[in-house]
Amino acid sequence: MSESTQTKEEWVPKGDLQEIKDPEWLFHEAPRKTEFITGSEAAREAIRRANVDIAISYPITPQSETMQQAGYLFDEGYIKEYYRGEEEIGVMSALGGASRAGVRSLTATSGPGLMRGLEAISSWPGARTPLVMMNMCRVINTPLAIPPDNIEISFLLNTGLLHAHAENQQDFFDYSLAAFMVSEQVDVTLPAVVSVDGFFVTHARGQVSMFDEKYKLPPRDGWRAAIPAMDNENPPARLSRDAPIQKSNFISYHMHASWQQEVFAAVERSAKYWRKYIGDLIEVINPNAEEFIVSSGACVSQAREAVRQEGEKGREVGLIKIKTIRPWPKRELLAALKNAKRIFVPEFNQAGWLHKELCSTLYGQIKADIVPGPRVYGGMTMPTEMVLEWLEDYRK
Amino acid sequence: MSLETVRPSPGYEDILPIEYRDLVKHGQYGRDVKVSEIGKFKELVEEHPMCAGCAMTLFIRLTMMALPCPEHTINVGTAGCGRLAISQANIPFIYGNYGDTNSVASGLKRALKVRFPNQFKDVVVMAGDGGLIDIGFQGLMHSWFRKEKFTTIMLDNEVYGNTGGQESGMTMQGQVLKMAPRGKEVEKIDAMALAKTAGCAYIARIAPTNPARVMRTIRRAVLIAREVGPTYIQAYTSCNIEYAIPTPDVMQDAFDIEKERYGFEEIMTDEAKAYITEIEKKQKELAKANAKK
Repeated sequence: MSESTQTKEEWVPKGDLQEIKDPEWLFHEAPRKTEFITGSEAAREAIRRANVDIAISYPITPQSETMQQAGYLFDEGYIKEYYRGEEEIGVMSALGGASRAGVRSLTATSGPGLMRGLEAISSWPGARTPLVMMNMCRVINTPLAIPPDNIEISFLLNTGLLHAHAENQQDFFDYSLAAFMVSEQVDVTLPAVVSVDGFFVTHARGQVSMFDEKYKLPPRDGWRAAIPAMDNENPPARLSRDAPIQKSNFISYHMHASWQQEVFAAVERSAKYWRKYIGDLIEVINPNAEEFIVSSGACVSQAREAVRQEGEKGREVGLIKIKTIRPWPKRELLAALKNAKRIFVPEFNQAGWLHKELCSTLYGQIKADIVPGPRVYGGMTMPTEMVLEWLEDYRK
Repeated sequence: MSLETVRPSPGYEDILPIEYRDLVKHGQYGRDVKVSEIGKFKELVEEHPMCAGCAMTLFIRLTMMALPCPEHTINVGTAGCGRLAISQANIPFIYGNYGDTNSVASGLKRALKVRFPNQFKDVVVMAGDGGLIDIGFQGLMHSWFRKEKFTTIMLDNEVYGNTGGQESGMTMQGQVLKMAPRGKEVEKIDAMALAKTAGCAYIARIAPTNPARVMRTIRRAVLIAREVGPTYIQAYTSCNIEYAIPTPDVMQDAFDIEKERYGFEEIMTDEAKAYITEIEKKQKELAKANAKK
């Protein structure tokens, strides 16, 4: 019987037919097949296998297809609940509410929508709500803009969110699945963002190797958390009950300070789980080089090509790809760059948030020049030639 | 908390604070309490830091007593006077960003339904007039349009009381308050009409002058939201500080305002009426049977 003629009673959600597997097996051992798909499709395939309970969407312009794809997955029964919210403050607030109820929660957004929802988003970590937000970076108004540019990442850096930055379609698939697992660990219990550079990755195709769609991640256990689910089945965490916590006095200051410390400590604790699921937090090519390019996101691909072309000319240039912005791989970067003489930091944004992050880590620790660029923004692409020119100019 | 988790495990009774033991032994879990029982059982909210004579506190106290199933209820609130008392109650309470209540409650309620398909969980938003009709307007209206199954209670003191007395959308026209130094220019927002337009299953306007009626109204709203659709209660809960109502006159003010412009009004859909009539009929029969025993 075809699906269209099935009655409601006969319909079996496809998610119920999937087999739950151990995440480590899925990430590292399960047989994989490669498909040539867009970043948005890679996101959809990750969501299909992520055992998502609720997805709340809003069609922010510029949008990727991801959240409407989530709608199709809901229709097929891979996601249990789904709706379009009123706008991003509503969506991000609702997602926080959903996560507090103890279910696996998902949304996706980009630049202007992210900014609209930022009050709610930046409240997630303090509420200790595990969830995943996919962020297809698409610059911030004004001028009115839809081009790819990852300036919005700079607004998320100090919120207490976990944050991975995908280089390509493959990373988007892998990091998104890992993000669910990391965010729900008891000693983490934090929301996770997986950013990807919009258009270059979301709308373009790439090779994505995926485990079979008949498998899915284990479900979220709402009681296995630093802050148990607000479900009236176990004593609740009382974040705002007693007057000493709500009022302005030294007890409340101390409470808030220690709460923040714990959130940021949990970000650090998440590192071991990221390593378990996606490997080292940085990827290093040519570790013995004196010149390094350090980058994250789609920029890494251009840097990768520049490093290859330099290699053809007999010049060894190192490359460091930063996979997780939060936790920030400080120890790994210090170790990998201890002998570097020059470090280039190509970025798809004007602010140079990655350069600033890197400088704050390396200041006083190594003797390298840390070059603020090359940078493109407002939607420009970064040709490999541009990276090569910067290397060349600096050598002069 | 379900009843099972409310009850102390054997052997722990003596260790728990007496307040908690009293709550389990003499509280309202698992039974309906009547307003005439006030003072005879351990209430969900007792101590609070609200101002002396605050009508809102009385309303919140009655609301807590009226909850049909407190062990499966979650309150959602926002910044404002009300949360100072709501957060003291022995009910899980989510205190989010200002104006986010109905969005949070939407996600929460749907997620609870996913997780507990066979156990109802009542979600009750209780927030002030500013939190709902001004900053929370969009979330409020859309939760109604989406027919989200939870109760919204507006604690309408017609002012931003907690921030020191600023005019709100629910303030009466002409009222001089902070941010309305020449008197409020526009009319009080007709939130009742908005609820009706948005298709709420049950809508009530009430002043805390008749405690039994307050409790019946709350119960109806929560029960109808459980099965039928969104419900809205708009309660006049005066701010005696910002409106300079002498403490002994707070209840007289409630009676006066009720008579003048805040009379009890109850609107419900046919479906809601049929549903609640059936429940109340069964409750009456049960009460009669119990009385005979």
